[in-house]
Amino acid sequence: MNFAELIGHLGQHTVDGLSKGAIYALVALGYTLVYGVLKLINFAHSEVFMIGTFAVVGAWTLMGATDNPPFGTMILLLVGGLIAGVAASGATAVAVERIAYRRLRRMNAPPLIFLITAIGVSLVLSETFGLWQGRLVKGMPNVLPRKVVFTIGNTTIDNRQLLTVVAALVMMFALDQFINRTRYGRGVRAVAQSPDTAALMGVNKDRVIVLIFLLGGLLAGAAALLYNVRYGNTRFNVGFLLGLKAFTAAVLGGIGNLRGALLGGLLLGVVEVYAATLTSSAWEDVAAFVVLVVVLLFRPTGLLGESLGRARA
Amino acid sequence: MSDLVGATEIPEHEAVLEVDHVTLRFGGVVALDDVSFDVRRGEILGLIGPNGAGKTTCFNAMTGVYRPTSGEVRFDGQRITGKKPHQINRIGIARTFQNIRLFPEMTALENVMVGTDSQHFTSVPGALFGLYRVRAKPEELPRVDGTNGLFRAWQRTRRAFAKVLGRSRRMLEEEAGERKALALLKFVGIADRANELARNLPYGYQRRLEIARALATEPKLLCLDEPAAGFNPAEKEDLLQLIRRIRDLGYTVLLIEHDMRLVMGVTDRIVVLEFGKKIAEGAPAEVRDNPKVIAAYLGVPADAA
Amino acid sequence: MTDTLRRINDVRRQAAGSVGDRWRALPRWQRAIGFLAFVVFLYYLPYLGIPGLIWLRTDTTPQGNDWAGVLFICAVYVLIALGLNIVVGLAGLLDLGYVGFFAIGAYSVALFGSTQSPVVEALQNRFGLSPEWAVAWAICLPIAIMFTMISGVILGWPTLRLRGDYLAIVTLGFGEIIRIVARNSTFTGGPQGIAAIPGPQGAPSADNTIFGLVDAKPWYWLALSVILVVVIGVRRLENSRVGRAWLAIREDEDAAAVMGVPGFKFKLWAFAMGAAIGGLSGFLFASRNAFIDPTQFNVNLSILFVAMVVVGGAGNMAGVALGAFLLAYLPERFREFSDYRTLAFGVALVLIMLLRPQGLIPSRRRARELHDRAEEVPANV
Repeated sequence: MNFAELIGHLGQHTVDGLSKGAIYALVALGYTLVYGVLKLINFAHSEVFMIGTFAVVGAWTLMGATDNPPFGTMILLLVGGLIAGVAASGATAVAVERIAYRRLRRMNAPPLIFLITAIGVSLVLSETFGLWQGRLVKGMPNVLPRKVVFTIGNTTIDNRQLLTVVAALVMMFALDQFINRTRYGRGVRAVAQSPDTAALMGVNKDRVIVLIFLLGGLLAGAAALLYNVRYGNTRFNVGFLLGLKAFTAAVLGGIGNLRGALLGGLLLGVVEVYAATLTSSAWEDVAAFVVLVVVLLFRPTGLLGESLGRARA
Repeated sequence: MSDLVGATEIPEHEAVLEVDHVTLRFGGVVALDDVSFDVRRGEILGLIGPNGAGKTTCFNAMTGVYRPTSGEVRFDGQRITGKKPHQINRIGIARTFQNIRLFPEMTALENVMVGTDSQHFTSVPGALFGLYRVRAKPEELPRVDGTNGLFRAWQRTRRAFAKVLGRSRRMLEEEAGERKALALLKFVGIADRANELARNLPYGYQRRLEIARALATEPKLLCLDEPAAGFNPAEKEDLLQLIRRIRDLGYTVLLIEHDMRLVMGVTDRIVVLEFGKKIAEGAPAEVRDNPKVIAAYLGVPADAA
Repeated sequence: MTDTLRRINDVRRQAAGSVGDRWRALPRWQRAIGFLAFVVFLYYLPYLGIPGLIWLRTDTTPQGNDWAGVLFICAVYVLIALGLNIVVGLAGLLDLGYVGFFAIGAYSVALFGSTQSPVVEALQNRFGLSPEWAVAWAICLPIAIMFTMISGVILGWPTLRLRGDYLAIVTLGFGEIIRIVARNSTFTGGPQGIAAIPGPQGAPSADNTIFGLVDAKPWYWLALSVILVVVIGVRRLENSRVGRAWLAIREDEDAAAVMGVPGFKFKLWAFAMGAAIGGLSGFLFASRNAFIDPTQFNVNLSILFVAMVVVGGAGNMAGVALGAFLLAYLPERFREFSDYRTLAFGVALVLIMLLRPQGLIPSRRRARELHDRAEEVPANV
């Protein structure tokens, strides 16, 4: 085990892990929102993310993006990409709910049926993109070239890492405010705690559920933009592994718990980077699965435990 | 019903179940507050109290569904607090549920057979490989009675095999279980619908099926949680007779009920709970006239407030 | 659109439903003869020459695969479905990592039976045995079963007390862990996998007259015989205290516990039995292919397995066998559309779950259960 490398560059690896984990966190929020209210593992969420990445690339192509654009154009590209990603992901999420899950809810289907349907939808979406866009990796212009912004000791923090983490924190804060301070957010918490009572109190359950899926989709769209900026490529099946890791992050933090998703995502990113440094990059993916299994065995409620229903989400 | 329980030589009035200063807290709510009482062998004890008094909670604490925060429950002198529900059932307590928890997609017979299963031993290896074989009695061997010559030959081979190999414990337990289950269904009076799904049975049948299933586990103590809820007077009278018959066979019965006439009519003693505390205990006549009990049910009269 | 589909489905269901009832109404000996005839037909299948049915064979198209080979794969999948049916259908546990047991069974015979396996080579060196020595094929079978059952217990022990969907994710993780360990470890042969896996006649060679590499028919018949044995075994379990316990646990585990059913013990047994059958099918699979590598045991396969069971009709053996057969056979039969295979699979999953969640041949219990659930829905949902 390569402890020397890890200890020697602990700061760097931590920063890398945090920025990686921020993307996980944003996607994890989508899983946790849906699970907290519907008790459903939305397998299709990974494809919501994937579609976001392709939408961003599409927008950039439309806007004529090139490598290393001037500052003004870069901002435009980022904003344009964000809008495209958010719109596409949000629309996909809502569509999936309307077409597939709503009918299952009407039938009061048991969890196994939901699970299989979600998997089916996930396959349909990823395969459709695989056939349409091809199975090869899709490259894209380098819209935000890497530039070191801070240096602390032997740790460098670059613009992408900064953007990712700051964006995730800002969005997390906004979501938190929304859930805890607004009327719609109250509706979400009410439905999460007790759907029938909420309905009796005049909350439109269907609308709240659409809202939840939409929120999850929006966040996944934002994550898609950040992912594209950082990795510079995407693929029809990029959603599978990332989705599984994001779900692990949600479980780690406490499924149904919004802050837990953030914490879980960041923590998972760091754990992954540490594990890869200690052993080799081949074992990186295993880290997520091992974390998943260990958390579920020893602390199934996750680190922060509480669910969406409570006020302190 | 030949295997009587409680048929050993035990002095009268010995406690079969002791609830010893049991307190049960759920977060801030005190569901049971230092409750103590005994259930004596062979008696029918009534557990009454207004809604929310903690009667079903008490049942749950006794049968291992909840774990008391403090205090002890003892059965035949043996400590059972903290044991798992299925262990407590093996030790000798069976119960029915206030809101009927049958296995809806299984037939009445199958429901009762789950109860008889608890007294059997077949597990996966035994069932798979047909282990623990026993010599077959002549009347148990497959018959040779076909008209077709080919069919008779097949029947004869089967008979020969059965003679040599005997019968597996799985088959024996299946047959014994089915016999016993049918007998129990007859005892509670619902044998005519033995092969119907529990879900489709009329309400009265469902309640009695629960009792049959509980009896199938061969308990010493039978706990009935509002067995007469939703019954009309005639049905309640039938139930009363059934409970008396059960006691006459040697079972001890603990009964939660709201219907005062039923409780007064069938119980030997009564324990009264209110807000998780025991407020009275004694013979039916005493309890009925106890001012605390009256106040608990009817409220304190306006002029005495 | 879903409404038209539903109406078509209702018509079909009414037509098919009466078939099921009429079958059950037949006297027992007639059903026995019918079943026997069906079994004979199954053994005859590799020779399928009945005009009108020849189009079923996969080798009629130029890209088509060897028909007996396809039948063998179908048989292996049917075996898997039977095993997973115990876990998912009978006991009601969501297992998304079943491929792990399949892999353990395959690797058991590979690691102990192949002269090229690192484990065998280590044993050869340790005990001074000849380089041609390996564990006999027949001995590898109990080894495979033992390892899979042990891993089933190890996986089940801490996880079976988890809530349904959590169990699904943990098992998914388990399946992936098995695959990645197989890929990254040296003792498993790493990403190259292991070759020279023996069959009933020993190590793969041109001298193997019956169980050779080319003719798949004996392999198919072997797998078919194993299926029959397993079916008999599972029926015995169903008609016993064990099967009833599994059902009771699935319906209402807490009420079952109060009635004396040790829920945890029986759930663990369901896991172990399912694992053993999964290992058995992996064992057969590896023996026929003579070569395995980690890429063959990915999570997509796990999902396929669960789909077979749920789409076929969880809880009853005929249903899951049909589901398995279809999901193994259809991609082979329509090979020219292999690009659209996964897409079609996804679409089929969604459609079937939305229109006929009880599966193609539902157990009557399951159909009623889903129907009753649908009626329980409160008005304001």
